[in-house]
Amino acid sequence: MPTAPSSAAARWDYAPAPESAAIGRVRDRYQMFVGGAFVDGRGEDLKTLNPATAEPLAVVSTASPADVDDAVRAARGAYDGVWGRMSGAERGKSLFRIARGIAERARELAVVETLDNGKPIRESRDVDVPTASAHFFYHAGWADKMAHAGYGPDPRPLGVVGQVIPWNFPMLMAAWKIAPALATGNTVVIKPAETTPLSILVLAEIIADSDLPPGVVNILPGAGDIGRELVNHKGIDKVAFTGSTEVGKQIQTSLAGTGRKLTLELGGKAANIVFDDAPVDQAVEGIINGIFFNQGHVCCAGSRLLIQESVADEFVAKLQARITTLRLGDPMDKNTDIGAINSATQLARVRELTAIGDAEGAERWTSPCPVPDRGYYFPPTLFTNVTQSMRIARDEIFGPVLAVLTFRTPDEAVAKANNTPYGLSAGIWTEKGSRILGMAAAMRAGVVWANTFNRFDPSAAFGGYKESGFGREGGRAGLAAYLDTDDEGAR
Amino acid sequence: MSTAPTQSRPAPRGQLPDVAGSEQSLRQFLHGLPGVDPVGVEGRSAALATRSIKADSKRRAIDLAISMVDLTTLEGSDTAGKVRSLAAKARRPDPDQPDVPSVATVCVYPDMVAVAALCLAGSSVGIASVATAFPSGRSNLAVKIADTRLAIDSGATEVDMVIDRGAFLSGHYGKVFDEIVAIKEVCGATRLKVILETGELATYDNVRRASWLALLAGGDFIKTSTGKISPAATLPVTAVMLQAVRDFFEMTGRRCGVKPAGGIRNTKDAIRHLVAVREIAGPQWLDPFYFRFGASSLLNDLLMQRQTQAAGHYSGPDYVTVD
Amino acid sequence: MTSEGAVTSERPLTSEGTLTSEGARTSEGAGSTPGVEVEKTGDARLPVAKTYKLYVGGAFPRSESGRTYQVADSHGSFAANAARGSRKDARDAVSAARKAFGGWSGSTAYNRGQVIYRIAEMLEGRRAQFIDLITSTEGVPAGTAGATVDAAVDRLVHYAGWTDKLAAVFGSANPVAGPFFAFSTPEPTGVVAAIAPQQDSLLGLVSVLAPIITSGNVVVLIASQLRPLPAITLAEVLATSDVPGGVVNILTGDPAEIAPHLAAHGDVNALDLTGGDPELRLTLERLAAGTVKRVHSPTREPDFSRPPGTVRLRAFLEIKSVWHPTGSISLAGGGGY
Repeated sequence: MPTAPSSAAARWDYAPAPESAAIGRVRDRYQMFVGGAFVDGRGEDLKTLNPATAEPLAVVSTASPADVDDAVRAARGAYDGVWGRMSGAERGKSLFRIARGIAERARELAVVETLDNGKPIRESRDVDVPTASAHFFYHAGWADKMAHAGYGPDPRPLGVVGQVIPWNFPMLMAAWKIAPALATGNTVVIKPAETTPLSILVLAEIIADSDLPPGVVNILPGAGDIGRELVNHKGIDKVAFTGSTEVGKQIQTSLAGTGRKLTLELGGKAANIVFDDAPVDQAVEGIINGIFFNQGHVCCAGSRLLIQESVADEFVAKLQARITTLRLGDPMDKNTDIGAINSATQLARVRELTAIGDAEGAERWTSPCPVPDRGYYFPPTLFTNVTQSMRIARDEIFGPVLAVLTFRTPDEAVAKANNTPYGLSAGIWTEKGSRILGMAAAMRAGVVWANTFNRFDPSAAFGGYKESGFGREGGRAGLAAYLDTDDEGAR
Repeated sequence: MSTAPTQSRPAPRGQLPDVAGSEQSLRQFLHGLPGVDPVGVEGRSAALATRSIKADSKRRAIDLAISMVDLTTLEGSDTAGKVRSLAAKARRPDPDQPDVPSVATVCVYPDMVAVAALCLAGSSVGIASVATAFPSGRSNLAVKIADTRLAIDSGATEVDMVIDRGAFLSGHYGKVFDEIVAIKEVCGATRLKVILETGELATYDNVRRASWLALLAGGDFIKTSTGKISPAATLPVTAVMLQAVRDFFEMTGRRCGVKPAGGIRNTKDAIRHLVAVREIAGPQWLDPFYFRFGASSLLNDLLMQRQTQAAGHYSGPDYVTVD
Repeated sequence: MTSEGAVTSERPLTSEGTLTSEGARTSEGAGSTPGVEVEKTGDARLPVAKTYKLYVGGAFPRSESGRTYQVADSHGSFAANAARGSRKDARDAVSAARKAFGGWSGSTAYNRGQVIYRIAEMLEGRRAQFIDLITSTEGVPAGTAGATVDAAVDRLVHYAGWTDKLAAVFGSANPVAGPFFAFSTPEPTGVVAAIAPQQDSLLGLVSVLAPIITSGNVVVLIASQLRPLPAITLAEVLATSDVPGGVVNILTGDPAEIAPHLAAHGDVNALDLTGGDPELRLTLERLAAGTVKRVHSPTREPDFSRPPGTVRLRAFLEIKSVWHPTGSISLAGGGGY
């Protein structure tokens, strides 16, 4: 009969379970997608790195200002000639095809995304790619139902849309941007982030295979200067941007007085509020998911933990124990929970802000997990003894760093949670139903997750209050961003 | 047995004498435990189930799982011959592979314990016996005590008792507690597994409360099910119980075990449970002393998978023994 | 600052149904007072002219700067002095608005609807006064002015009925692909700074103001620079209509002077630039970017005589999505693992 184990024998652990990089079929060189064709841009080629190894992954041709002209012209031509006049039902069928195409090449897309971005294959496989497909499927269904969307009997598209997306969810953000724009009848010129251009160029192949008319979607890899060129281009009718609040403000400034429509999805510093009657084990999971999902490179990350003082010590201990089980390392390993930071620049920023946390007197705790000696990694980190005035409690770190603050009363929790220029998301953990609804109403934030966190669905509108931006993505509300909804004076 | 709130009770082994002091304090404690969000725990379990266990890790997991099996037969039609056959399988699960570890125990009804004891003498395999009017638990305490004595006197090394779910669901936690204490007294050093029959407890909150109740009363193991009720062991239920033994250890320093029983039929399910043990309770629980599988058909699937791993091609049911 | 106007001191905001003598108050208007017999006493009676002030936090203060400017009637003759609002008046108005936001946005939609309907009632009661005012300041015939006042009253009634429809029309229950209940619901943006239309001194004003407060926002409104008198007279209506102090604040003066302070103000959440000229709009939109304000800057010249649509309501709504797990009823749900 089994006897008590005597000492710490070597315990069972997981062997490496790497996904095959070959599935990604990554090529040496990628081209822009303009007017339905893959073409070389007149910008300088850029090298995209695999952040897990810091080694080059592929070369990508980039756009020049002249290429932006060409792409906008192609989009205008497609809008005037075909797409803007096509019946909604036909447009919808194209989008359904793209949704299916993404699903069919899901595994390949997940591998490409992980190689280029550094996020764990578990996430690209289970979240990014399936949700991207879902966004196309959802919006495809809207295309022939605009009369029922609540924006008048025949709301018109805006025309040519210029879109700029970030590096944290390259494929998913492409879907969030392209799908609603096309469903409502606009054509698109989109610029992916400089460090993550690959998955959207695979999406371009799927779009091409879907027989979308040439010019309806144009993809221009490039750096920030091309983004600026695009959003300020006179041939654009609407700009949609997801990224930092700083750049969002620049865009809003430069678009002032142009009458061009603008939606912004910017930064955040969300509070995840844990009350003493929370379902503790699920709250721990929710906090973990809230800040360590995608290495914390999430605008709606729950980067501030507000924990009721009476349970704070116990909860933080549980949190640390759980964080210790997170597996950091090769993003291609199917058992990796935390992958690589996307770039050396971002890693430097995370290091800088956490050093400021030290200097401000917060207490740093770092997971004892092993950290690979090459590539860009930052171990899960938690700061206690944080006060509202510290920069780690105010600035968006955009990394796996959690600032822990405490509160005594619900009023104090509300005041602290809302005490930020941002207002993208918030989390509430309590088993008391009335408190959930009360707190949800009190949060000045566009998404409130109660007893869960970081859930995304194309049918649920997403977007910020205050400096987290304006406009919504997803749901019926999201369509407004791409329609002329000015019905004043309409009979 | 009286459930008057003022009645004093023997203190549990741990650090919580006040909790079990009265029906009222027991209720307050159990109802003061944090709630379980079903979607959350099921989501966490689903995420754990995506762990990819390959190569050497899989081989080791299979052997670990084999060593954790309580090889079970609990049928009205059980005979001495059936138990002898099972005991032989328990000692040497794969006749062709002498390096396959023995299982943890065989698990039988009390009247079959003597037969099993005879067959397993001198082996490392223990003998677990169900007791206390298994599976329903519907009898009085005297009968349950006698049932337990029979098992122990016949040579059982572990006792798997059932709780009175009727009493639990009607809120008579003291009655359930007292029965467990009484049976543990009979057991003495013999390890006691407390079967919660989670399929009848209806909610995860109840699973958590029943787990704590059993641990507070002195149970050495908490076990999901009798195998007679569906649903039996599921990963989320096991997860909630693993949280309970982990938290109980944190509070009292006493490390107790978990035994999912019923419904775990293949290697994949078993490995998912091992992943849960590792990531929820901790690696210290990855030992047959602290984790068991109550199963009958699981062992053969583990053996087939083991052959597959060794041979590099799939095995078939004719290459493992049917017992 | 004290509120010298008889209006606020005489009439508590919460009293309802006591204001039956509005017709007798038309002498407050700048124009003539038809229908009111002037008692013959030998000397011709000199009408008592009104001092036009700001409307901030439910009170009628003078500009802290002490400045005024002369407002002319449609013939170019002196009509009245209006307060010339300053940066500090704007600041005071924003803090009054912010203070009122919690209560107004937290009130029930039904209650907001009743309050806005009450504004309509009060305006209707002062119909003659506003006709005089519009006739004299805009130079339109009394018939046209009457139609304008009627349209303004009707517009308020229209929005009074919107308050408790917004959530149903612009919100949704979201059928997300998972065990969650998710709903999206509209909420007010917060403090809105608005520039009232310069020409349409009453209907344009009401058409800008009403949708902002309908959804629970609070507003700091800069009246038409040339035609501010109907705006301040409307403030008297608001002050007697159960509208809590601070929900609507009205400044008079030069938009080009006041509005930039509002556009850059960190506690202002949104701008309505309907009454701003293109040059001013450009300036304000740039300033708005500093704190990512929502800006409603219609590209088409609004025709307020036509139905308003919903664009103005939507301009100052935030959609909030709330998620919660749907609990499984039994443990059988976990069988899939």
